[in-house]
Amino acid sequence: MPLLATHNLDAYYGDFQALFGIETYLEEGETVAIIGANGAGKSTFLKSICGLLKVSNDCVVYAGHPIGGLRATSIVRQGIAMIPEGRRLFPSLTVEENLLIGRYGRNVAGPWTLETIFALFPILKERRSTPSTALSGGQQQMVAIGRALISNPRVLLCDEISLGLAPIVIRDIYQALQKIRETGTSVILVEQDIVRAMQTADRVYCFQEGRLSLSGKPNELTRERIQSAYFGT
Amino acid sequence: MSVHIRFLEWCANLCRRSVLGGDVIGPSHDHVDASLSHGSGVGTALSKFRVETATRTSRIVLVAGSILIFVLVLLPAFAGRTLVQEMIFVFYMLGLAQCWNLLAGYTGLVSVGQQAFVGMGAYLLFFMISTSDIDPLIAIVAAGLLAGALALPTALVVFRLRGAYFAIGTWVMSEVYRLVWAQVKSLGGGTGMSLATSTTFQIFGIEWIKSLFGVKTSIARDIIIYWVALVLCLGAVMLIYTVLRSRYGLALAAIRDSERAAESIGVDIFKMKLWVYMVTAIGTGMIGALIYLHKARISPDAAFSVLDWTANVIFIVVIGGIGTIEGPLVGVIVFYVMQTYLAGFGTWYLILLGTLAIAVMLFAPQGIWGYFSNRYGLELFPLRRILRANHRDR
Amino acid sequence: MLSWVDTILQGALLGGLYALFAAGLSLIFGIMRLVNLAHGDLIVLAAFAILSAMTALGVGPVLAFLIAAPILFCIGYALQHFVLNRTLGRGVLPPLLVTFGLSIILQNALLEGFSADSRRLSAGTIETASLALLNDLAIGLMPLLTFASAVAVILALNLLFYRTAVGRAFRATSDDSEIAQLMGIDNRRIYSLAMGVAMVVVAIAALYLGIRANFDPTIGPARLLYAFEAVIIGGLGSFWGTLVGGIIIGLAQTIGAKINPEWQILAGHIAFFIVLVIHPRGLFPRAID
Repeated sequence: MPLLATHNLDAYYGDFQALFGIETYLEEGETVAIIGANGAGKSTFLKSICGLLKVSNDCVVYAGHPIGGLRATSIVRQGIAMIPEGRRLFPSLTVEENLLIGRYGRNVAGPWTLETIFALFPILKERRSTPSTALSGGQQQMVAIGRALISNPRVLLCDEISLGLAPIVIRDIYQALQKIRETGTSVILVEQDIVRAMQTADRVYCFQEGRLSLSGKPNELTRERIQSAYFGT
Repeated sequence: MSVHIRFLEWCANLCRRSVLGGDVIGPSHDHVDASLSHGSGVGTALSKFRVETATRTSRIVLVAGSILIFVLVLLPAFAGRTLVQEMIFVFYMLGLAQCWNLLAGYTGLVSVGQQAFVGMGAYLLFFMISTSDIDPLIAIVAAGLLAGALALPTALVVFRLRGAYFAIGTWVMSEVYRLVWAQVKSLGGGTGMSLATSTTFQIFGIEWIKSLFGVKTSIARDIIIYWVALVLCLGAVMLIYTVLRSRYGLALAAIRDSERAAESIGVDIFKMKLWVYMVTAIGTGMIGALIYLHKARISPDAAFSVLDWTANVIFIVVIGGIGTIEGPLVGVIVFYVMQTYLAGFGTWYLILLGTLAIAVMLFAPQGIWGYFSNRYGLELFPLRRILRANHRDR
Repeated sequence: MLSWVDTILQGALLGGLYALFAAGLSLIFGIMRLVNLAHGDLIVLAAFAILSAMTALGVGPVLAFLIAAPILFCIGYALQHFVLNRTLGRGVLPPLLVTFGLSIILQNALLEGFSADSRRLSAGTIETASLALLNDLAIGLMPLLTFASAVAVILALNLLFYRTAVGRAFRATSDDSEIAQLMGIDNRRIYSLAMGVAMVVVAIAALYLGIRANFDPTIGPARLLYAFEAVIIGGLGSFWGTLVGGIIIGLAQTIGAKINPEWQILAGHIAFFIVLVIHPRGLFPRAID
C-alpha cells in the first residue's frame, strides 16, 4: 500500500475545474516529481493534498485513511508538510521564529530539530535573529525548507523550490534535498526544470491542462514522449 | 484564438447566470462551442449575440412605476395628514438609504459618518433661514450644495484611511461637525433651537396649495414638504440608476471588485470615489435640510445622530439588499412596518433591529431583494448588460 | 506656568486611560484586521460586569475585576467563535456591519438591564488620594495608577507577542493566515483566543473607567472613537505606538479643555486628524503591512 495516493482527484476554483481525475501514488521513502507547463495544475495538486483547497474526502488517501478535504491544520498534524511556492515566510518573525513555528501543530521526535536544520543550512544559524525579510532569496528558501522539516513530516511537498534562484543556489538547495531524502522522508517535488526533476526523482508525473498526461521512471521516458506530454503537441 | 474562445465561453456563462432560475434565454455553452468548432470564426459567433439591458419585467415595472409615481404625486389630494407625514418619513429614509447604498454598496466606501451631512445640511438650513428671509426650498438646495462642498476637504482627510478605518474616520469627522455646530450660540449651542412657525410658512407656492386644496397653512406646508421629499427620493433613485447605466457604473463595478485591476485599466479611483462621495453628500445634505425643515426643531445630538441617520439607514440597505437599487425599496418597507408596530417596545425594538441586521449579514448577505432576485431572476431596474442570442434555439 | 505643567501632566496621565481603551482594539486590529465597532460598548459591558460582581458578592472593585475577567475572556472567545469568525475573509462590510449591530444590541441590552442611570465603581479613599510633587502641584493617585497599568498592560502584551509560542502564532496568523494553517495553526482558534485576551484588557480598562468617572450604557461609542484615534495615531500593530497615541489624545483634550471646557473632545479629534494628515500611517507604522 502506498503512503499517499490520489484517486480520481478533481479540484475546482469556484466554477472552474482545475484538475480532472488525477491518479497518483507515492511510496514510503520515494521521491516523485510533478512536471508540466504553467497552469497545468501542479500547484493545485499540492494544494489539494495539503488541505488549502477543498476536495472530496476519498480522493486523497494517506497511510490508509482518506484525508481529502480535511483542514490544512489537521493534515499537517498527520505528517504532510508543505513548502509553498514563493517561500512565503512570515515577515514579522525572525529566522529562528520562522523555523520554530513550523512545529506548532506537529511537535514530534525525529531527525529534524533546530540544531540539525542549522547543521543542514549553517548560514541560518548565523542569521537566526534577523528578520526573515532581510535574507537573500536562497536563504529564504532554506528557511522555508527548514520550517517544513522541523515538524518531521513523513511526506514533504515542495512547490517550485528553485524558482527565482541563481543556479549555484539551486545546486545547494538540491544537495540539501538529497540529504533530506536520505532520512527516509517521502517527497513530492513540483518543478519547472525538467532536467532537474528527472535527475532527482524516482518517478515522474507530467500534468497537462489539469490532466495526467504521462508517468513513469525517468530512464524509461524518452525526450519525445515528455515533450508531447508537456506541451500537448 | 483560444483566448477569444475562452472570452466567449465566459460571456456565455455570464449571461446564463444573469438569467438564473433555469430559464435559459441566452445561448447555451454548447452553442458557442459548436459555432466555433465548425470554423465559423469569432466574428460570426459574435454576430449571433446582441447586448441588451432591458428585460420584460423591467418594461412592466417602468409602466407600473410611472403609475405609482403619478399616484404618489396626487396622494395629498385624498390622503389624511398622518399618511402624508408618514410618507415623508419613508421618502427621506429611502433617499438616505439610496445615497448610502451608492457609497457603500457600489463604491465600497463604507461610511458610518453620513450623519455628518444630514446634520450639516440641517444646520446650514437653520442658519440660512434664521439669518435671512431666504425661501426654505432654495435653502434646502443651497444647504445641500454647501454640504457637498464641505465634503471635499472632509474627503481629503478621511480618504487617507482605508476600508474599515475609513468607516470610523468618517464617524470621528461627523463628531467634529457636531461639536463645532454645538459651539454656534446663535443656533442654540448644545441644546439646539426651534424654527419660528411663521418662517417655515414663507415657502414657495404655499398660498397656491392652500387655495387649491382648501387647507390650513400648516397642512399646506406639509404637502409641499411631501412633494420635495418625493422629488429628493426619486432623485436619489434616479441618480444611482443614471450613474450605474453610464460608463461610470462600469468603472464603479470594477473598483468594487478589485481596486488594483480597475486602476490598471485606467480608472482614476481617487477621482471616482471623491466624485461619488461629494454627490452623495449633496443628496444627504439636501435630505437632512428637508428633514429638519419638517421637524422645525434641531439639536446637535439629534441632527448628528449615528443611530437615526446611519444605523437605521444601514439597516434598511442591508435588510433589503446592498448593492441593488431595489434592495433599499424593500428595506424601507420592512423598516417602516417595524418602526410603526414595534418602536413602542423601545430598547427591545432596537435589539431586534441589530439582531436582524447581524443575521442577514451572516446568513443572507445579499438581503431580501438579493435573495429573491437570485432565485427568480427579478430585476426592476435594468442595469445588467445581457448578452442574448439573436435567434433562439427554443 | 505651573498650571500648564499641571495640565500637561494630567493630559499625559489621561492618555494612560485612553491607551487602556485602545490596547484591546490594537490587539484585534493587529492580528485579524478586524475593526470592532462594538469595542466601546464592550468596555461598558465590562464595567457593568465588574459592578454586578461588586454588588452581588459585596466585594471591592479589584476582586470583582478578578472574578469578571475570566468570564469576559469567555465572552470574548465565544463572540469571536460563534459570530465574528463567520464575518472574516468576506470583505470589509460584514465585520463592520456585524460589530455595528452588536454595538446597538449591547447598548440597548445594557439599558434594559441596568437603566440609563449613571453608575460608578466605588474604590474608597484611593479615588481622591494624591501625590504632592511641589507645593502647588499634585497628581492624583488614580490617574498615576491608570497610567502605570497601561504601561504594564502594554509590556505584558509585548511579552505575550514576542516571547511566547502563542505570540508567534498570533504574529504568523497576522502575516499570512493561509500559510499559518500549513504550520498547523488554526487561525479561527487564534482569533478567538485573541478576542478573549482583548476582553481581559477591556476589563482592565473598564475597571479604571468605572472608578474614575461615571458611566452609563450609552457612553461606549465615544470610548471607541478615542481608542480608535489612539491606535491610528500610534500606527497599526504597534502597542507602544498605541500608548503614544493615547497620550496625544489625552494631552490634546486636556489642553483644549483648559482653553475652553467645551473644546475638550473636539481638540482630541482635531489632533487626530492633524496627525492623520501629516502621518497617514501613524507615528510608528510597521515596516511590513
